[in-house]
This record gives sequence, C-alpha cells and structure tokens, in this order.
Amino acid sequence: MLKINSAVELNAYKNKALAGSYVSSECGKTVIYVGMATCGVAAGAEAVFDTLKDEHQGRGDVIVVPTGCIGMCYAEPLVEIKKPGEPSVFVSGADAKTSRKVVSEYLKSGESSAVLPNKGYGKQVRIALRNCGIIDPSKIDDYIAADGYAALAKVLTEMGREGVISEMKKSGLRGRGGAGFSTGLKWEFGYKNEGAKKYIICNADEGDPGAFMDRSILEGDPHSVLEAMAIAAFAVGSDEGIFYIRAEYPLAVKRLETAIEQAEELGLLGENIMGTGFNFKLSINLGAGAFVCGEETALINSLEGKRGEPRLRPPFPAESGLWDKPTVNNNVETYANVPAIILHGADWFRSIGTEKCPGTKVFALAGKINNVGLVEVPMGTTLREIVFDMGGGLPDGKYLKAIQTGGPSGGCIPAQHIDMGVDYESLGSIGSMMGSGGMIVMDEDDCMVNIAKYYLDFTMEESCGKCTPCRIGNTRLYEILEKITKGHGSEEDIAQLKELAQTIKSTSLCGLGNSAPNPVLSTLNFFSDEYLAHINEKKCPARNCKELIRYVITEKCIGCGICAKICPVNCILGESKKLHKIDQDKCIKCGECLSKCPTKIKAIIIE
Amino acid sequence: MENEKAYVLLDEFIGGLQTKQGALISVLHKAQELFGYLPVDVQDYIAEKLGIATSKVYGVVTFYSFFTMQKKGKFRVNVCMGTACFVKGAENILDEFKRQIGVETGGISDDGMFSVDALRCIGACGLAPVITVNGKYYGRITKADVTGIISELTSKGETVNA
Repeated sequence: MLKINSAVELNAYKNKALAGSYVSSECGKTVIYVGMATCGVAAGAEAVFDTLKDEHQGRGDVIVVPTGCIGMCYAEPLVEIKKPGEPSVFVSGADAKTSRKVVSEYLKSGESSAVLPNKGYGKQVRIALRNCGIIDPSKIDDYIAADGYAALAKVLTEMGREGVISEMKKSGLRGRGGAGFSTGLKWEFGYKNEGAKKYIICNADEGDPGAFMDRSILEGDPHSVLEAMAIAAFAVGSDEGIFYIRAEYPLAVKRLETAIEQAEELGLLGENIMGTGFNFKLSINLGAGAFVCGEETALINSLEGKRGEPRLRPPFPAESGLWDKPTVNNNVETYANVPAIILHGADWFRSIGTEKCPGTKVFALAGKINNVGLVEVPMGTTLREIVFDMGGGLPDGKYLKAIQTGGPSGGCIPAQHIDMGVDYESLGSIGSMMGSGGMIVMDEDDCMVNIAKYYLDFTMEESCGKCTPCRIGNTRLYEILEKITKGHGSEEDIAQLKELAQTIKSTSLCGLGNSAPNPVLSTLNFFSDEYLAHINEKKCPARNCKELIRYVITEKCIGCGICAKICPVNCILGESKKLHKIDQDKCIKCGECLSKCPTKIKAIIIE
Repeated sequence: MENEKAYVLLDEFIGGLQTKQGALISVLHKAQELFGYLPVDVQDYIAEKLGIATSKVYGVVTFYSFFTMQKKGKFRVNVCMGTACFVKGAENILDEFKRQIGVETGGISDDGMFSVDALRCIGACGLAPVITVNGKYYGRITKADVTGIISELTSKGETVNA
C-alpha cells in the first residue's frame, strides 16, 4: 500500500477519501447508519445491519454504514436514516425484520409512523465524541475524510515541540480521567525530563462502574486517540506508546488493533511518519481487572507484569515511570480532545466551558433515567439540564433523590443541588468529584445507606492491600454500614464512620484510598435522616434493606392463591378464597408475591 | 490429551515473545484462554518457563479479578454488578441464578454445566440489568427471565452433549 509521505499527500488523500463519501455533506446519497458499539451489538444490531445491507447493497443511491455509539443507548438497536438535504430520522428498538420494513417504507414514501425525528444534540457540544456515530470506525479513510491526522501533520510540520506544549497549556485542557490535572503541564514535565527513552501511555482501564465513555470513544473513533498519542509523543520526545485497556472490552480492543494496523500501513504510525523523520510505534496491553490500575503508578506496575500496586510519589511518572523512564499517561477522553484543540486552536477551546475548566465533558447517564446514554456538554452545564433536558427525567413518575457522580470515589448529590453547574471544582465543593464522568440517577426507591455500602463493598474488594488505612479501614467502614443496614446500628456508629473516614482519607497511599470514604461522607452529610431511620426506628425508608422490611398481606386479599403458587419458598399459606398469610420466618423477601398480586386488588404491602 | 495441546500452544506463545520481561500478565491471559482457568500446576509451569518464582505468579493471579483458579462451567453466567445494574436490581437477579442453579457466587454446579459470577461493570449500562453467558449478552432482564434463560441453556447443553 502507498504510504503518505508528507502533509501535502495527506491532504490529497483526504480530498480523495472525501469525494463521494458519506462523510461529506454533499455526497448526494441516502445514508443509513447502524450503531454498532457494544450496547448496539448486544441489543441485536448485527442482524439489523446485515439485513439492511442485503436489502440495499445493490442500490447506488443508498449506503449502509456500521458506525460507533450514537449516544442513545436506551434506544438500541438504533438506525439513523439521512436523506440528502433533509433532517435525519431514527428507527429505534426494532429487530431486523421490523427495521427492514420501516426503512423500506420510509425510503419509498418519505414517511413512516415508526420513525422518530432527530431532535439534534440540543445543548450538547461534541468535541471528544465528534466522530462517534458519524464515521465507520473500522475505516481510516472515514477518519481522514473527517480531518483525521491533519492535527498530527500540523504539529509535525508547523508547530514544533514547544509550540504544541504551549498551545496545550493555553487551552487549559484538564485530565478527563478524574483528577483534572493540566494536560499541557504534564506534557511539559515529560518534555523537560531528559532521557533517550520515554513512554506515552493511554489509560483505557475504565474501571468506574457506570462509566462507559472511553469504551464508546475507542469503539466509535479509535483513530482520534491514536493521533493524539502520536502528538503527545512528538511533544514529549517519545517513540513508543502503549494502550492499557480492560480485557472486559473485547470490541474496543478489536477496533484499536484494526486502527493501529491501518495507520501503520499508511505511514501515519511507525517509522518516518509523513516523511518528517518522526518515529512512533504503538502496542496494546490488556488489563486484568483491577480498579486500582486506573491510578497511574499502579497501571505502570501492571504494565511491568507485576501486581497493580501504586508506587510512592515522588518520583512522578513524568520523571521515572515505566521501566524507570519518563512516562506521560493520559486518559482516553483527554486524548480525544487533543486533535480538535490543535486544529482549531486553544482560544476556540477556551470559548467553550468555564474559565477554570474549558471544554466539554462526556457524561454517562445511567440508572433511573429515561434516556440512558452518553451526553457531551460544555463544562458548567447544570445537573438539571443534563438529567431532565437531555436525559428525559426519571421513568415511572418517580422523584429524583440523588445523582451519584465520580463512582466509588465520588458522592451522592441530593436533588436540592440540581441547578449547580458541573465542573471539577463545583463537584468537589459538595463532597463529590468528577471522576471519569459516570452519572447514576437514583430515585425514591434507592436507599442511600445501601448505596454507600455498595461502593464500600467495591473499594474493599479493589483495595490492593498495600497500605493499612485503605486495606483495613475500608473493611471496617463496610462492616459498620452492614451493621446499620441489618438494623443493628447505634448512633455511635455515625461518629465512628466519620472519624474513620477522615483518617482513611488523609493517610492512604493513593487516590483510591484517599477517595474511598467519599460515598459514606456525602450520604452522611446529605441523607443523615436515612441513617437515623435505620438506626433508631430500624426502618429503611426506601424499603431496600431486606432485614428491615416485611411483606404483609392485608384484609384486601381475596384468596386467589396466585401468590402462594409462585412463592419460591412456599411460605404463603391460606385456604382458597380466604385471607392468606406470609410466614415471616421463611420469607426470603424476593418480592415475587407483590409483583404478581392482581393490580385491582393490591393486597400485599411492604412494612 | 486436551491439556497436552494447551501446553504446546502455551509454549508456542511464550516462545514467540519478544522479551520475557514484563510478559507475565499477557502469558496468564493466554493460559486462561487455553485452560479455562489457572490451576496451580499451570502456574508452576509458567513460572519455570519465565524463570520466576511460582509465588510471584500466584501473587499476580490472585491480585487481578479477571484471573481465576476455579474451574468454570460449560455455561459461564456473569451478572454485571456495576452501579447502573445494581440500582436496577442486579442483586436480585444474581440471587435468583444462585438459588436456581444451587451455587454460591464464584461456584460451579455439580454437573459442571453452570458457573455463576458477579462481574465488574461491563459498560453496557443502557441494557441494565445485564448478564453475559459465554460472552453473549442478555439485556434488561428481570427475575422472571431467569428460569427461561436457564432452560434455554440447559437444552442447548444437552444438544451439545448428545
């Protein structure tokens, strides 16, 4: 295959790739996109894609494109139809047969009752997700047609190493993995530390439960991350980069492998990139399931084949990292922003978001929310806009109790802060954190003590065990929470939780331990009444904690016997057409009886 | 016999490594893919081949949740316990699988047909609560779906055995 030997050749390649391509707005053809990220594939998108492709393959005026995450996970499998010069429409949640019918109907008549109008991204601004859902991630030509690798060409031919670093510093881009450290500064440290060998790492060990933006970027636009790593390598003075990616993300790994191969073939990675003498090679390393490996020194130990335990800092990785060489590590979403900043400039980037936090943030909306999916919004956007305007609010008419951000390192934000603009500082100020951008919406049925216990269970499991406060302290926190959820708590436990949490925060070795007590502290701060109800009244107000609830059959019972029949432990007794009773000693509180009691009767309640 | 072939393939993989330095985790990934799990004798073998102590190998195997020293069933039921799944009732679904199959989390049924595990977030939150069985996803499942999934798999298992 022909290599691209200069920036001019890249431009020529782009123009060729763009001609007639669906990436161009003037392609004049109808484009049918099928979302083929993990969520889509799991919901049956492959069958939908195959069927639509078979159906329309022969036609010159229609193209069927497998694309990445469109961001509307709740609507998978998702098909988007774009006719030339018309706003696009969606076909959502339909299997292959229905999709085929609806698409044909729409193509023929221009309308169908089963298609939904595309309302656009509303207040969203897509920088990191700019190509997701628009290009075919398995084709480098698509990426190049969408200005791909132009930033790398600009860096190599026009900007120089210092120029890149100063532009990145000026842009104010901060690490999207959670800590929010200045990316430009990190690169500068890497640049200033002398060494013949330096490493560039991409942290794709997205371990925060409920966050999936990094997976979506890698599945939907892998080249953007590759390009950014090459830019970082040039600036820092490195010739080798490594992806550290979760083994639980097989599709993302596959797309990355394809992308690396294609970029090497075209000479956009490897030796003498674009004829400039710059060399950069990339490899992929699979993680093995350890949350702590999101911490960069633990990640580096893992790359060296060791247990993923964090190292003492200093020295920082920029000075002495992988194999004791200067190492610069950034997260996937951070990298995905880089080519856009280089192409459009730091001033453009600063015009979006807030003064201290320029740019956008991708949030993964999940939990009790109608529109589960990814949204990318300018920093400073309020929680209300994210949850209600974009997320469509909560299902089943339930009310919002809390929004959890920052995963196991973050906290639960109560509904009263719904009008707060979101950035690193605002979240920190109320005891939560940005984290990687997971946002789990919780309603009245979620017990805050139980949620704190859930996260402590997680961090207790994931604590590497190296330092005592984290290893033992978090276990003790968990035990106290378990005691409270089982109805054995006392008010002293609350004081003890607070004291222990502060000790763990201030004495742990790494970020995992420093932040592990946050879910406890934030729920204690905002939902202390729930803790007290568990302790004093032995009640769980959300009716979540099994030890504190009872299923009871009321006088309304007509003795139909449905509940007795479906009870898995046969603990419901009673004669036909007479009041039934639940044997509380045998009941496992599975709730089956409640869900099957005829809606007209509703004889079963939870006490 | 089956294992002999796995050892040959593992040898080939280790032989093909550019450097043994730092390769332990990728070797363990390969071994688990070949053997299904990482029993002590496989760990001994890897230690010898890489010229490191078995204790080091054991230390790494037990550190990472992806590696297992427990044999898995023909059908590996993994219930995602990420936060989105958790608030949508994943715990009840895990309990139901454990109850119907008759195993604890991490265990394998007597006939070797099923193993049940709790999984870290797989990032398919749009399908919560979600489980995977041998890599295939079942999304938005309820407790009532569990019986159906188990019988679907059981009948598949019988066809494979026959």
